[in-house]
Amino acid sequence: MVAQVCNLWLLVVGGTGLQPVAVGGTNEKIMTDNNDNVLPIIGMEIHVELATKTKIFCRCLNRFGDPPNTHTCPVCLGMPGSLPVMNKKAVEYSMKVGLALNCTIAGRTKWDRKNYYYPDLPKAYQISQYDMPLASDGYLEIPLEGDTTKKLRVLRAHLEEDAGKNVHDLPGCTGVDLNRAGVPLLEIVSQPDMNSVAEVTGYARAMQRIVRWLGVSEANMQMGHMRFEPNINLHITRDGKIYKTPIIEVKNLNSFRSLEGAVAFEIRRQYELWQDDPDGFTLEKLGKQNRGYDVDREQTVFQRDKEEAHDYRYFPDPDLMPVVVSSDWRDRVAGEIGELPLARRERFMTEYKLTFEEADSLTMDGPTGDLLDAVVEAGAEAKRCSKLLMSRGLALANEKNCTIAMTGIKAWQLADLAKMQDGGDINATAAAKIFDKMTATGDSPADIAQADGLLIVKDDSQIEKWIDDAIAANPQAVAEIAQGGKKQKKSFSFLVGQVMQASRGAAAPADVQKQLTQKLAE
Amino acid sequence: MSNKIDANLVRHIGKLSRIELTDAEVDALGCQMADILEYFDKLQELDTQNVEPMAHAVELSNVLADDVQRDSLTAEQALANAPAREGDFFKVPKVLGEGA
Repeated sequence: MVAQVCNLWLLVVGGTGLQPVAVGGTNEKIMTDNNDNVLPIIGMEIHVELATKTKIFCRCLNRFGDPPNTHTCPVCLGMPGSLPVMNKKAVEYSMKVGLALNCTIAGRTKWDRKNYYYPDLPKAYQISQYDMPLASDGYLEIPLEGDTTKKLRVLRAHLEEDAGKNVHDLPGCTGVDLNRAGVPLLEIVSQPDMNSVAEVTGYARAMQRIVRWLGVSEANMQMGHMRFEPNINLHITRDGKIYKTPIIEVKNLNSFRSLEGAVAFEIRRQYELWQDDPDGFTLEKLGKQNRGYDVDREQTVFQRDKEEAHDYRYFPDPDLMPVVVSSDWRDRVAGEIGELPLARRERFMTEYKLTFEEADSLTMDGPTGDLLDAVVEAGAEAKRCSKLLMSRGLALANEKNCTIAMTGIKAWQLADLAKMQDGGDINATAAAKIFDKMTATGDSPADIAQADGLLIVKDDSQIEKWIDDAIAANPQAVAEIAQGGKKQKKSFSFLVGQVMQASRGAAAPADVQKQLTQKLAE
Repeated sequence: MSNKIDANLVRHIGKLSRIELTDAEVDALGCQMADILEYFDKLQELDTQNVEPMAHAVELSNVLADDVQRDSLTAEQALANAPAREGDFFKVPKVLGEGA
């Protein structure tokens, strides 16, 4: 996906006709046919819901998809007199992300109230972090086309609470479900270091991989675990003069597809509007604006600014005590992180000789990569295991919409299966069947192979008997082979097929061919 | 009313807080707010050059809870005080658009 976007040239309908504008590429400046130099400047806020068992300030279950208002209590309902208590795990998960993003973890951090009215926010303020974020000044290195990478700076990451959910499809009113109110949310803010659609999606996907890998979020887009808000403007050089277009923040994007579409559309839209009015459509004149994204029309759309919405009157929340992160605590959390995904992908390629595609797929999350390490530890061959995971493992994962590790495959099962295939006990078709079955039942591959008759028969006398039967039943084929000529080859294959059929696929074709040749020569 | 707080600012804060104010209330609240700000001016006179800012009046930190589930209310209990409900949702006037 990313590689494709890198080469994507989009046609822009400008005032003077069709003009090519590259929105992909690495830092490359966009050349247009009237010699404007157009450089997109893009920063992004990413909201990640943390996969703690309970909410951030109360012990109600943090779970998506249950009936409305079944996980609430006086704290997350915003009842007067209730007191929030910070979830330790939410702090530690946030620290992990901060450390994995090479951030400085604040020694002392506090929480603030961000005041605004909205039906999904029962307290009329969101508890967030204003001037003392938990993590700041880090970076995320993303792979680009070829063997290059780019460091994208992370300004800050702070911990806050999610709001409830407004349900708009009720007749004549809006419904509010507060199950999500108080779910821990990590807001990660980048510097405006991205210059193309490819870099934006690369950053978003790398972030998804990191939080999954750390095990701090499922980062499932359908469940709203990750939301993106890119801010985009263009720096356009024309005749030696630099023009800056207004900064547009696109709110609440909840899929990679929307993110990609919104950023590409904004780049085109802003260039077009600027061309019509180079001195008017500028940051100086128009400042910053918010827009939404219409998924169906694949366009960003005007969003009425909520009146006075930006007067949030932040102040420290008197209900919560500051959190002091000692170096001991930080080091202990850092110790739990271990190898990061890009380093692991590199190791899988050099140590296990996997292709980029294999290594990339198997390092999408932590447990799947752990699985590969465990089967190698158990003495199985890495490449064989990787092939099994890439075929059946990936297929099952896609079917169940989960990671390979979550399909239920155990390291010892996979190790045994790989050894059986490498030892010539089963063929590839049987291996695939056994893979699916053992994932479902938890049985050993040897037991399944035995019970389902999938073992390759190595008993020569058994094969000889099948061959004798085939010869006896097909005198015409035998005669044609003896005669030689053009029917010889076809008849031989036919006999091999008859033997294979008698063995129900359990004989190795090579063994059958060898023995049949000997037999016919007698 | 002090020059820091004028009637427009009081109305603005009232609007942000979703409180409708009469002109008499604007005057009264404006005076009270001005008094509060005056008190802060007094605090400003103190030399705090070498004092660490406090986030809280009580010197406590790391009041943390383990991530262990406890009972929640039932939907019936949660909705018991709601002025209006639609099924098991809190019912509010139609809002367009998402999030804030």
